[in-house]
Amino acid sequence: MTALARIQEMETALTPLGAEMVGALGVEAQVAFGELTLITDRDSIIEVLTALKERFGFQQLLDICGVDFPDREERFEVVYHLLSMTRNARVRVKLTTDEVQPVPSAVDVFPCADWFEREAFDMYGMLFSGHPDLRRLLTDYGFQGHPLRKDFPMTGYVEVRYDEEQKRVVYEPVKLTQEFRNFDFLSPWEGAEYPATILPGDEKAG
Amino acid sequence: MGVTTNTVPLIGVGNQGASPVGPASSRLATPMSTTMFNTGARSSVEGYDPAIHDKFFEAVNAELGERGFITTSLDDVINWARTGSLMWMTFGLACCAVEMMQASMPRFDMERFGMAPRASPRQSDLMIVAGTLTNKMAPALRKVYDQMPDPRYVLSMGSCANGGGYYHYSYSVVRGCDRVVPVDVYVPGCPPTAEALLYGLLQLQKKIRRTGTIDR
Repeated sequence: MTALARIQEMETALTPLGAEMVGALGVEAQVAFGELTLITDRDSIIEVLTALKERFGFQQLLDICGVDFPDREERFEVVYHLLSMTRNARVRVKLTTDEVQPVPSAVDVFPCADWFEREAFDMYGMLFSGHPDLRRLLTDYGFQGHPLRKDFPMTGYVEVRYDEEQKRVVYEPVKLTQEFRNFDFLSPWEGAEYPATILPGDEKAG
Repeated sequence: MGVTTNTVPLIGVGNQGASPVGPASSRLATPMSTTMFNTGARSSVEGYDPAIHDKFFEAVNAELGERGFITTSLDDVINWARTGSLMWMTFGLACCAVEMMQASMPRFDMERFGMAPRASPRQSDLMIVAGTLTNKMAPALRKVYDQMPDPRYVLSMGSCANGGGYYHYSYSVVRGCDRVVPVDVYVPGCPPTAEALLYGLLQLQKKIRRTGTIDR
């Protein structure tokens, strides 16, 4: 079976499931690339996750991640990925938020959401209300900023060094000996337009 | 240094020939044949005879045969002991650690050079920094280094530990572990093969042999 046929088969299975969810949960649903995506909002996310877990059999929360769209009014998207072992299906639930409006925490529905939400908070600074312990998870102790935001500079603000006099590792503002270079990987030959089947050996292509 | 001119018997070997006419020395005085040392690496090479091809071996053999012990300088003994028992601290941080493990596994077998992994910094001579050193890990790395007894050596393994490598412009990665600890040997690669690491360790042994003194 080709990949395309597999995607089509997946989509024929997921489309009625998506329609059922739209009717039961009042969400928007999209099926694209063989994947089902539900779009909901902050107020109904707990309801949606509970229903997906208890009525639709999506027993596992695989990940909570974020996306940053600086141009939008509500700049962040929070994305939940769920897996159903009994249906052999996956579903993605999206909602939008910004820096100040908290998203209800999913910890009561899926206990594994604890660290996922901490990571999302760490990387994007989105807030989760009702989370038992919303601290940073991955970045350095005392880290400032949220590194996966689009307005966070790639090299950050501080770097570390061992100070021989103070006998400890100290933080200093970033000093790069060489600036980051953005290479132009475009090949001069790539944009060229050839008349069809002029290249030797290409006769059979296409 | 005054000590260096003194000569002492090399303990392990000297004991063997404590009585010059004893069986041990008479056995060693016989011409070396490959059958006696047929477990050695080079002894399997056809036509190799240590008595002919290895002048150092021949000299040691002659000295042992004549006197039953050999003399050397204390510095040499100390260097011999240091290079021959490099207990390395496993500081595996990323994928380089897999190659580091591989180097100590039977195929590359670092133990034949007397190097054994120790999980404790208090009992190790060498720290192999294998992988990406992040800002969060840097104080811990320094603390572990500070806990090692002198003389101590650091081998930086792989691009990330050498200079940040792939993550050089990252907000969370130290641009080279030499910003935190003094490094003796840098092994390039991403990750370096186990052979490359082994080569780096032999270079470190060479460095210790060349610069090692009793008062380091």
